[in-house]
Amino acid sequence: MNTVILLLITGVGLGALYFLVASGLSLIYGLMHVLNFAHGAFLTLGGLLGWEVGRRVGDGTWAGLIVSMLVGMAVGALFAVVTELVFIRRLYNRHIEQVLVTVGLGIASVALFEGIWGTDAIITNKVPWLRGTTTVLGARIPNHIWLLISVAALVLAAIVLFLRYTRYGLIIRAGVENRTMVTALGIDVRKSFTLVFAIGGAAAGLGGVLASVYYGNVSAHQGQSMLIYAFIVTVIGGLGSLTGAAIASVLVAVLQQFANFYLGGTGDLIIVLALAGVLLVRPSGLMGRKLS
Amino acid sequence: MSRIKIVLGALLVLFAALLPRLNLSIPGVLPGPTYTPGTLQILAYAFLIAALALSYHLVFGVAGLLSFGHALFFGAGAYGLAIILRRLLPAELPPGTGLLIAVLLTLALSFVVATVVGSVALRVTGITFAMVTLAFAQAMNVLVRRNTGGITGGEEGVSVTSAMVPSFLIGVRNSANLYWIALAILVVVYLGTLWIERSRIGTVAAAARENELRVRVLGLRPYTVRLFVFTAAGVLAAIAGMGMVLLQSGTTPRVTSADFTLTILVIVVLGGVGYRWGAIVGGMIYTLLDKRLSDLASSDLIASLPGVLRVPLSEPVFILGMVFVLVVMFIPGGIAGLAERIRPQTEESAHGQR
Amino acid sequence: MASTTQPILRVEGLYARISGQQVVEDVSFSVAPTGVTALLGRNGVGKSSTIKAILGIIERDGTVEFDGERIDGLRTDRIVRRGIAYVPEDREVFASLTVEENLTLAVRQAEPNRALVDELFPELRTRSQQAAGTLSGGQQQMVSLARALLNDNRLILVDEPTKGLAPKLVFDVARVLKAAAETSPMLLVEQNLTVVRELAQDVVVLSGGRVVHRGPAAEFLDDERLVERHLGVAGAEDHHTPEGSGPDGGAR
Ligand SMILES: Nc1ncnc2c1ncn2[C@@H]1O[C@H](COP(=O)(O)OP(=O)(O)OP(=O)(O)O)[C@@H](O)[C@H]1O
Ligand SMILES: [Mg+2]
Repeated sequence: MNTVILLLITGVGLGALYFLVASGLSLIYGLMHVLNFAHGAFLTLGGLLGWEVGRRVGDGTWAGLIVSMLVGMAVGALFAVVTELVFIRRLYNRHIEQVLVTVGLGIASVALFEGIWGTDAIITNKVPWLRGTTTVLGARIPNHIWLLISVAALVLAAIVLFLRYTRYGLIIRAGVENRTMVTALGIDVRKSFTLVFAIGGAAAGLGGVLASVYYGNVSAHQGQSMLIYAFIVTVIGGLGSLTGAAIASVLVAVLQQFANFYLGGTGDLIIVLALAGVLLVRPSGLMGRKLS
Repeated sequence: MSRIKIVLGALLVLFAALLPRLNLSIPGVLPGPTYTPGTLQILAYAFLIAALALSYHLVFGVAGLLSFGHALFFGAGAYGLAIILRRLLPAELPPGTGLLIAVLLTLALSFVVATVVGSVALRVTGITFAMVTLAFAQAMNVLVRRNTGGITGGEEGVSVTSAMVPSFLIGVRNSANLYWIALAILVVVYLGTLWIERSRIGTVAAAARENELRVRVLGLRPYTVRLFVFTAAGVLAAIAGMGMVLLQSGTTPRVTSADFTLTILVIVVLGGVGYRWGAIVGGMIYTLLDKRLSDLASSDLIASLPGVLRVPLSEPVFILGMVFVLVVMFIPGGIAGLAERIRPQTEESAHGQR
Repeated sequence: MASTTQPILRVEGLYARISGQQVVEDVSFSVAPTGVTALLGRNGVGKSSTIKAILGIIERDGTVEFDGERIDGLRTDRIVRRGIAYVPEDREVFASLTVEENLTLAVRQAEPNRALVDELFPELRTRSQQAAGTLSGGQQQMVSLARALLNDNRLILVDEPTKGLAPKLVFDVARVLKAAAETSPMLLVEQNLTVVRELAQDVVVLSGGRVVHRGPAAEFLDDERLVERHLGVAGAEDHHTPEGSGPDGGAR
């Protein structure tokens, strides 16, 4: 029983991390039909620069961590906005080329990060409380899990509120459904492209800092390996659906934890099979609209 | 294809075949004269990458399927051959016979793998197809890294020792033989690609890329046609993968990684989507450039630069990645497209023969 | 500047492609500065594509002049902001958005014509918080029309507004169109010839992506042979449009 609870809660924690990456991917895809292979790079740079600044402010302190998170968000958002404005925008409506450009950017940035920070993972210092555990129904849950879950929940709430109660949110929701009709109402939908990139980048950058807390290190590859999981989550959840991304993040991560524990470390394999299964039964994902 | 082209192609192959017996140097491109093992090794590697790129050209360029899992089949060829040689063949078989059997078994295996993956993945289209193929390739990557069943060797990969292959394929002395095998593989894959592209199925697959409706109207199922092309491309990729095992005396998980698939994609786009010779030229240039940029990275010139320049310039993959981005943005059609535009309407280039 | 006889919209040598296929070929016509110009033709001749090409929704070539100025190089949102409203075929309401949100999104001016919309579509007011996707076809058409009429337009492009509607609703829609046409000129694609006769002063008839007839509406509609030849529905003014274009469309 303890094990089940432990796996469940840590699964949700890992899912929180996936969500931070997948939410942006899903929004970007939903609105722009661009599968963003550079998204992992947003995460990595957010994590690395967040760590660089945070440790100077206060290594292993709450102040340092909070600064890291703010820096991570800002860096991720900035990187994403530059990507959209400089590279994606010029290839308006040429989706294959847009994907290819993000592939190139992803590859190039990982190499650049390796050049700057080296190829090995760098161990990071944690706030003391985050190193401890809290007992829930007999299961000893690592405290950093609570941080991941609460931050992701805040991000989810913030994005939902933004989408529901602002004009740009309205434009984005409408654009995900039918972008052509949004422009045919006289709205310059490109501004909201930049915006979803900024939001997605900020969430990913924040995810980078939290990944460093979760794994206890930062590295030039962190984003790329996380990206594959985020893709799987996004597709299972339904491309373009934020709720789908949230639900699938948790499902996938929990499934992965259980399979890793009970089925001899086959978590990665199981979620790939789950992806294939979902796609064959429901090609548009759990919450996705029918893909054209 | 005109007769001139066939003759030119044959001469080019003949010339390539003679290189190990010639003393040609291209400073700055090749590390040494063409008869030296180091140069032959690099050229052979480039041929195999070009062959792999050609097979991907069938999937992406001809059938228009954006697959992110093509490395899976290269990996299936590489791991299939290495594992069969190492584990499954009775030790008393003479190496030559053993290799032949292993190659045939691997071909059959890769055919099955490609058919299964294709028949599942092709049920969806567009970006979802891309994701499913990525997921399959990732599953394979996870499997081999995990050292599944104790046969894939985990991060180490699988090595092939001298007892398992004929002696003429082993050692630095025999680089020329390996070079010729790589060249032969490139030629075989080229002819296979050409044949499929020219066949009725290839034509229909290309038509389905442009307009699925028209193909359906003809009473053909795009699914079947695509599956055929996808599977054939998978088998051709596996052939290239087998060549790599012989060339490098084994295989590592890298050849199954998503990064490797992306590299192939980059190569095909650099060379020019839709052009057979673009895939070959892209594969050759990418490999040689990668090698040269690595050498440049460790040169004194680079070491003397200030950090802002030194760090990016000493990462070949960074440079290649950015070059790729620029090509996608500013040179649609890649190298082949550019060449086509420079000499626009000469004899055949105006119609067909892409 | 614009004299009363100068057309509000002038289309000259318009070409358009959809996924490589030529769907509009060398189309030229103009829309009068007042009243309704109807764009007619059998199913699949390129009526919707012509409208989309004018708006820059699909790739196009040729000249499009709006109130004397070229708009064929502009992005869709810019064109619309010049005062052209679009009511697309099949309504295209945002299904997951509420009625109110659909309307809010469409507002292009500081003071939208809320009162007019409330008066024309009282039903939408009671359903303002309902998701547009859950409305009936007729109600969705109301939303789509309301989105256009919230603004002061200089031209309205309406694509088959009565398609698939019950006769009673066809009448309602026609009434709304008539009211709208009093304040701004309109280019109307319509299969129901009774509606066309009721509203239109001019007609432009397409066939195979080309213009085959232009002239006063009454003159065209009264000429049964012309109607039969170009629309294949001799005198059938209450004719119901079948879904999609059947192969027998022009074979009679
Ligand atoms: N998305 C598309 N892809 C390919 N061809 C298309 C597409 N949309 C329309 N077409 C083709 O373009 C031609 C013109 O279509 P269009 O919708 O403009 O005709 P229409 O006159 O509006 O017909 P309808 O009365 O059915 O609305 C048709 O032959 C149609 O088959
Ligand atoms: Mg139409």
